[in-house]
Amino acid sequence: MNAFQETTVVIPPSRRMLDLQAKPVAPALRTPASAQEPPKLQVEKLDAWYGKTHALHGVNLVVPPRSVMAAIGPSGCGKSTFLRCLNRMHELIPGARAEGTLLLDGQNLLGRDVDPVSLRRRVGMVFQRPNPFPTLSIRDNVAAGLKLNGIGGNHDEIVERTLRQSALWDEVKDRLAASALSLSGGQQQRLCIARALAVEPEVLLMDEPASALDPIATAKIEDLIHELKSRYTILIVTHNMQQAARVSDQTAFFYMGDLIEVGPTEKIFTNPSEKRTEDYVTGKFG
Amino acid sequence: MNRLRWRKGVNAFWTMMSGAAVLAAVLPLASLLWLVISHGAPGLTPGFFTSLPTPVGEPGGGVGNAIVGTFFMVGIASLLALPVGIGAGIFLAEKGDGKLGSVVRFTSEVLSGVPSIVIGIVAYGLVVARMKHFSALAGGVALALLMVPSLARSTEEFIRLVPSALREASLALGVPAWKTSLRVILRTAMGGIVTAVLLAVARAAGETAPLLFTALNNQYWNTDPLQPTASLTVQIYNYAISPYEDWHQKAWTAALVLLLLVGLLNFAARFLSRNRLQGAPR
Repeated sequence: MNAFQETTVVIPPSRRMLDLQAKPVAPALRTPASAQEPPKLQVEKLDAWYGKTHALHGVNLVVPPRSVMAAIGPSGCGKSTFLRCLNRMHELIPGARAEGTLLLDGQNLLGRDVDPVSLRRRVGMVFQRPNPFPTLSIRDNVAAGLKLNGIGGNHDEIVERTLRQSALWDEVKDRLAASALSLSGGQQQRLCIARALAVEPEVLLMDEPASALDPIATAKIEDLIHELKSRYTILIVTHNMQQAARVSDQTAFFYMGDLIEVGPTEKIFTNPSEKRTEDYVTGKFG
Repeated sequence: MNRLRWRKGVNAFWTMMSGAAVLAAVLPLASLLWLVISHGAPGLTPGFFTSLPTPVGEPGGGVGNAIVGTFFMVGIASLLALPVGIGAGIFLAEKGDGKLGSVVRFTSEVLSGVPSIVIGIVAYGLVVARMKHFSALAGGVALALLMVPSLARSTEEFIRLVPSALREASLALGVPAWKTSLRVILRTAMGGIVTAVLLAVARAAGETAPLLFTALNNQYWNTDPLQPTASLTVQIYNYAISPYEDWHQKAWTAALVLLLLVGLLNFAARFLSRNRLQGAPR
């Protein structure tokens, strides 16, 4: 095992929106409160396989609550696999399995006695391509998780709240009964975010949520991530390094199934500890 | 220039050939329609749909009881075949990758290749021989045996057409797998499955052989599943093999009614299948 895998760096997330040009945040500006909070998600020695292929090798990292962590790395590096382990969607693929410790609020998620179905209500997911239910209206798409899970409450109110949270309300409030397919791709993706939020998850996983969208729709999704950060813990996989720099507090760099480095985003992009991270973020490969 | 002219000539030749092939394919259908309509239409009166058959030579009379009987037996068959066929289709699509799946798939393929007269004999043995009399139930069982394999296969096909992204979306919301299958996947595939059901019903409605020695026939109204029952197809058969000109005429008209019925079902299936899965995510 490599040395860097064993050192897990926990660094409090910055509340500031970061950009590549932004100055490194002074330690005093960091919010010590969240640093003292127990981590939302703690991953220890996570291994994942597809059949005989060893796709993730002993990943260790910690995600503080109400922060955004971006996972970057070249195609096939294991970042999506990592994300899909967190809500146990990985094991749905025939032959796929995961081992290790995955603590959500201190509770192990990979235990045999943990029901993946109830886990997925706590860890929501947004996919690469917008995937609204084609036979349902806009309203019913948002309420789908509530209805299918038999969750009561005022659905109309939840639909409005989550559509507002996902910055879609003003665009669709007059046509909630229209088919979800009448929306544009970017709107559909925000609808899918609203749908994921409606079941009130604690963690939101986003698997390249903007890669199928145009720049304007992408900007809206990124703004949305900033908004959602105040309430949710977000992990986002992205191919776009600028995007990772813009939206995340911490960045994890994966390469060939290894977690090479994880740390505050500005450090990863300006002063990484690992040569391979530097080569990747400066565009020497990948 | 010469080559261009040559290629244009070749193109024109093959365009004509394929046009001729289309004509050859459409001509039998057109002539069949023309024959049935021209022979059948004169006898098509409102009374034909509502009255009982009359003896030879007596004017009037119709196939009202046979129309009702066909609907009745297709209804019984659907009641038996839909749960089994659609259920098997769901199984094949969701869990059909293992050994059991391939056995079920092979069995349904063999079953769909069994001649309908053999299906009739099976239903005779299963129902008629045991109950000691012909019945609508026996006819329904025979038609159901015909419907199950095609229903299972087309249900499987339509479920497999549903993008896996929708299954993932539902599972990621914390919806259990069984609920995802029934309320997300099946619902999305429903348009296609309804089409498959209509086509299976249309096919069953047009079958004669399985009914000949199961439901037999009946000159009167019958809605008792345990009694022999008339059907359009058997009625057409009986009229057509009779020596009477009067009954031949009725056979043509009954054939036209059957054709309209089956055509309507096919048309409805077409119409429904047009917007199934329209615009679903890739």
